[in-house]
Amino acid sequence: MREDLLRFITCGSVDDGKSTLIGRLLYDSKKIYEDQIQQAKNETKKYKNSEDEIDFSLLVDGLQSEREQGITIDVAYRYFSTKKRKYIIADTPGHEQYTRNMATGASTADLAVILIDARKGVLTQTKRHSFLVTLLGIRNIVVTINKMDLVNYSKERFFEIVEDYKKMFEKLKFSLPYKDFHTQIDYIPISALKGDNVVKKSKNMNWYDGEALLSYLDNVKILKSNFTSFRFPVQYVNRGFDFRGYAGNIASGEIEKDDKIIIYPSKKESFIKDIIYPINPENKTFQKSKAITLTLKDEIDISRGDLITKEGEIQPKFNDSFEAMIVWMDEEELQNREYILKIYTKETNATISRILFKKDVNSWEKIESKRLRLNDIARVQIDLSEKIAFDFYEKSKKTGSFILIDKITNNTSAAGMIVGESTKHKKKRIYSPSEIALNQFIREQFPEWGCKSIEEIEE
Amino acid sequence: MSHLKRLEEESIYILREVVACFKNPVMLYSIGKDSSVMLHLLIKAFYPQKPPVPLLHVDTLWKFREMIEFRDKRVKELGVDLIVYSNPEGIKMNINPFVHGSKIHTDIMKTQALKKALDKYQFDAIIGGARRDEEKSRAKERIFSFRDKNHRWNPKNQRPELWNLFNTHINKKESVRVFPLSNWTELDIWQYIKEENIPVVPLYFAKKRLVAEYEGAEILIDDDRVPEEIKKRAKEKMVRFRTLGCYPLTGAIESNAKNLDEIIEEMKLSKNSEREGRLIDKDQEGSMERKKIEGYF
Repeated sequence: MREDLLRFITCGSVDDGKSTLIGRLLYDSKKIYEDQIQQAKNETKKYKNSEDEIDFSLLVDGLQSEREQGITIDVAYRYFSTKKRKYIIADTPGHEQYTRNMATGASTADLAVILIDARKGVLTQTKRHSFLVTLLGIRNIVVTINKMDLVNYSKERFFEIVEDYKKMFEKLKFSLPYKDFHTQIDYIPISALKGDNVVKKSKNMNWYDGEALLSYLDNVKILKSNFTSFRFPVQYVNRGFDFRGYAGNIASGEIEKDDKIIIYPSKKESFIKDIIYPINPENKTFQKSKAITLTLKDEIDISRGDLITKEGEIQPKFNDSFEAMIVWMDEEELQNREYILKIYTKETNATISRILFKKDVNSWEKIESKRLRLNDIARVQIDLSEKIAFDFYEKSKKTGSFILIDKITNNTSAAGMIVGESTKHKKKRIYSPSEIALNQFIREQFPEWGCKSIEEIEE
Repeated sequence: MSHLKRLEEESIYILREVVACFKNPVMLYSIGKDSSVMLHLLIKAFYPQKPPVPLLHVDTLWKFREMIEFRDKRVKELGVDLIVYSNPEGIKMNINPFVHGSKIHTDIMKTQALKKALDKYQFDAIIGGARRDEEKSRAKERIFSFRDKNHRWNPKNQRPELWNLFNTHINKKESVRVFPLSNWTELDIWQYIKEENIPVVPLYFAKKRLVAEYEGAEILIDDDRVPEEIKKRAKEKMVRFRTLGCYPLTGAIESNAKNLDEIIEEMKLSKNSEREGRLIDKDQEGSMERKKIEGYF
């Protein structure tokens, strides 16, 4: 029995029937238990003043504060499985102000289910959802046209919406920062409320010859980047008596014993001595895994945040500046100061030196702006305090994505995807007279620290 | 079954991230099936070295006897460090769930005890075995969940979590709760236990046991502290436990599942969630969310 993991995000607006769809998937795949249903029935009475049997949205909406407001305000994760796959749903709200949540949910998803109300067709929010999920690198999209029961299961209406979506998506492709971005888009007419084409194929739409949503999800092939060069971010240096291993998860590619490797940022080279897989303490057996510990043939100084690659394969970019699309996630707007940038397991200081343009999530127009506020999306130049190894997000999500952390509040202020090299040189840091004096003092008084001179750095 | 492999890889990544980024991490060890899986993953993550994280068991003094036996045996076999903590105030007050009720018992012997233990040892990262599929309010929980200096959780002020880039920055006295099993389901846990041959407390397997009805649940007559009037009702039944906690607050289910295969089969057919047997979740609606805000795991 082949069992695999598929993570998907559902995007829809308040009344698109998203909670109903998820509730239906969970209910029909028997992932909702009777005590939970009883609880939802009790709450249906309390919050909706309704004697309706069951409100699926109450079954899936989590926090009490939200239920009282009647909206979903955060990303919730749901789980169910079929014989073929285990599923993780990132359930995100569709309101405009919650771009942050959709980006969060999309970041770990392989596929997006975009809901359209058959009565309303392609709306502004459909454009917004489609833009966000593709910007985050999702290549598989299922457009589910919901509430087909309310348009008399009309074939004409369905294909009208399909055509509108296709036209919209053609335009969307040109506003993405990715060059070689192949997508797979499919369309399914459904009624989440009545259960048409969700788990079982509908008898009300004999003109539709595709699969129901669930069997589509079971069989869909996920498109991924064809990037196969070895990338291994060092996560933890595992030291012991007579032992020094580098633990982490392989981000891409493969590695074998005796392979020649390059370590960034030092660019030193060595060979793989051994690959240690996680060993089962109960029976001492192991299986191949991405979570490994490497040992090397040479004693080299390697620390957390270094990136190991394989010789003879495509090497990462290595620079102290790049361009990225970022989503601003902090209540506090962008400040003119340093943030901590975390990329794979590496942290370094970063400043946003330039906002090239802001992107309107609804119209995809470029807007000139000097400020970035919560839920803004922008293309920016980021300057770093040191050179780091990175790839473009389109090629390698794991070595091309980062977050920015506010040094004062510790908030996660932004999430970013590296999309290009800087076209302008990094602004040189300007040192104050006291900083120059401090540098000189350290060099004279503590030569054993090996401190570089400011002139040396500026070259 | 490659999905278990992928869950394992993700959990190992999370565990290593905790150890790499925090000064004084600890793993909460509750002796249950999820803890057994977590401990197994912890050992895998740091092999060939011993895991650089101690275990903490908050002992309410009302756990099943078999749980305590199992705990001590496992700790010895695996050579890990264990800290056992019970709330000294609760001991002084002689807290008894049969007398004080589940709410007071849980608050003093679990929630308050945990906070006290964390204050005493100054842990900055606390690894717990909660899963998102357990209960609705957990579905939105982060993997790295921030707590203020009073150990409180604010559902409206959680950090966004993207990709596998966890923000591990905190100020002094603040802490994070880390949930490496966030994306596992109850079924995943059992399948993994089976595949990896992980020992679990025998209470999970069906056996003839002496149980009695108490507040709507069938509880085990585990020791002499069960009040006489409950003992009088005791009957021998073929039962097992789906979750393990304090014995007076944990309901048994009637079952014939004597081994892992039978448990997995039973689970697939089950009509009720695993928390259904827990008396503490039902005090009031939204009660798990309320407990979490107060500092419960």
